[in-house]
Amino acid sequence: MQAIEARGLEKAFGPVQALRRVTLDVPAGESLVVFGPNGAGKTTLIKILATLMRPSGGWVRLFGRDPQRDDDLRRLIGVVSHHSYLYAGLTALENLLFAARMYGLPDAGARAAELIHAVGLGLRRHDLVRTFSRGMLQRLTIARALVHNPPLLLLDEPYTGLDRHAAALFTDLLEQLRGDRTIVLTTHSIEQGLVLADRIVILVDGAVAYESRDGLEDQHAVGQLYTEFVRTGAWVH
Amino acid sequence: MGALSAVRLLVWKDLTLELRTKEILTAMAVFALLSAVIFNFAFSPSPAQAVTLLPGMLWVTLAFAATLGLSRSFVLERDQQCLEALRLFPTDRSLIYLGKAAANLLFLLLVEALILPAMAVISGIALLPHLLPLALVMLLGSIGLVAVGTIFSAMSVNTRIREVLLPVLLFPIASPVLISGVKATAGILAGRPLLEVLPGVRILAVFDVMFVVLGYVIFEFLLEE
Repeated sequence: MQAIEARGLEKAFGPVQALRRVTLDVPAGESLVVFGPNGAGKTTLIKILATLMRPSGGWVRLFGRDPQRDDDLRRLIGVVSHHSYLYAGLTALENLLFAARMYGLPDAGARAAELIHAVGLGLRRHDLVRTFSRGMLQRLTIARALVHNPPLLLLDEPYTGLDRHAAALFTDLLEQLRGDRTIVLTTHSIEQGLVLADRIVILVDGAVAYESRDGLEDQHAVGQLYTEFVRTGAWVH
Repeated sequence: MGALSAVRLLVWKDLTLELRTKEILTAMAVFALLSAVIFNFAFSPSPAQAVTLLPGMLWVTLAFAATLGLSRSFVLERDQQCLEALRLFPTDRSLIYLGKAAANLLFLLLVEALILPAMAVISGIALLPHLLPLALVMLLGSIGLVAVGTIFSAMSVNTRIREVLLPVLLFPIASPVLISGVKATAGILAGRPLLEVLPGVRILAVFDVMFVVLGYVIFEFLLEE
């Protein structure tokens, strides 16, 4: 079953073309990593997949359903953006409880407590989020995104602002919580992206320039390929 | 999840945040009390004059106090793109409008509970005999101000001049609320028969229904980028 089917996605912001005829199929359970430099259209793609933005052209189906006509479909999507989506004035537990209740979980309290321990923040659960470090925030962000146990996880530049140690911890956590979820992760870091990738896509100037499942173990070769695509600005028409 | 539960959760979240920071309520209450004191010094009304002056003083104060609160309403959602997070929940996105409007209304009513007795004491008017009809008019007027204000607050939150933009957008549209509110309040305080006050109350009620429905219908489109 396809978790994501996208056909000919286009998005324009006035004269700026952010996405150009992007076509993607992501089978359920696959981890797709989308590489691209700043301004390549990664965030726009994630926002469209997350139902936060309508495409100017083309269409998307998530698990065979139309996201623009189906509010309940958002139950199947978890999003981690470079913003935390957390209220600084609420405690860690209150943030998770609020999200769990908004998703209508019957056992919201138990689920929030379970996740807060899973991300290693049990001892800080009653602390205001504004007192958290960037690494702790990111762990709580992933807990918030997974609170409703979504089968599709969209991660937009989740490593932004994390140092190497925090990034490594975050990757470990992501692998633990991954299960059989479908993951779409955007990043411009080859090293961090390849750890989770079953398949990669390189997005350049809003278009898919390269797509492959092969050779992902060779980080150096993928890095060179990426640099070449970004340098030449090449994309497939 | 039911619509009512979602709205209740959104209000709980705004109330909890406000009780921790007290940013909105403090600003609104201090502004309203200062305005009452300044009006009193400016006009020094006798009790007879106060009956004529109080409605205008009251509604002008409330309108500006409401603007202060409304301009902050969506700012706390902006910091970590929490408004985007609210849109990810599997509920009707227009419920965000109802939740925000309900929280804003609650804040405004709390300020009114403070300012009304303060103005009555300052101007020497006995409000107790008029309390019920006055409360009804103020509730209807507050719903109207908040219904329009929440729409414009959402529209202006991502602009640099939101504090300026909000009153510029709000006051022309909300003028029927202010005019009807002042007239109905004046009628009630002057002890006029209910029938004379009723047209103003009707305008307020129609305005409320119109803008709550409008806000609910258009809010999802306002949030789209």
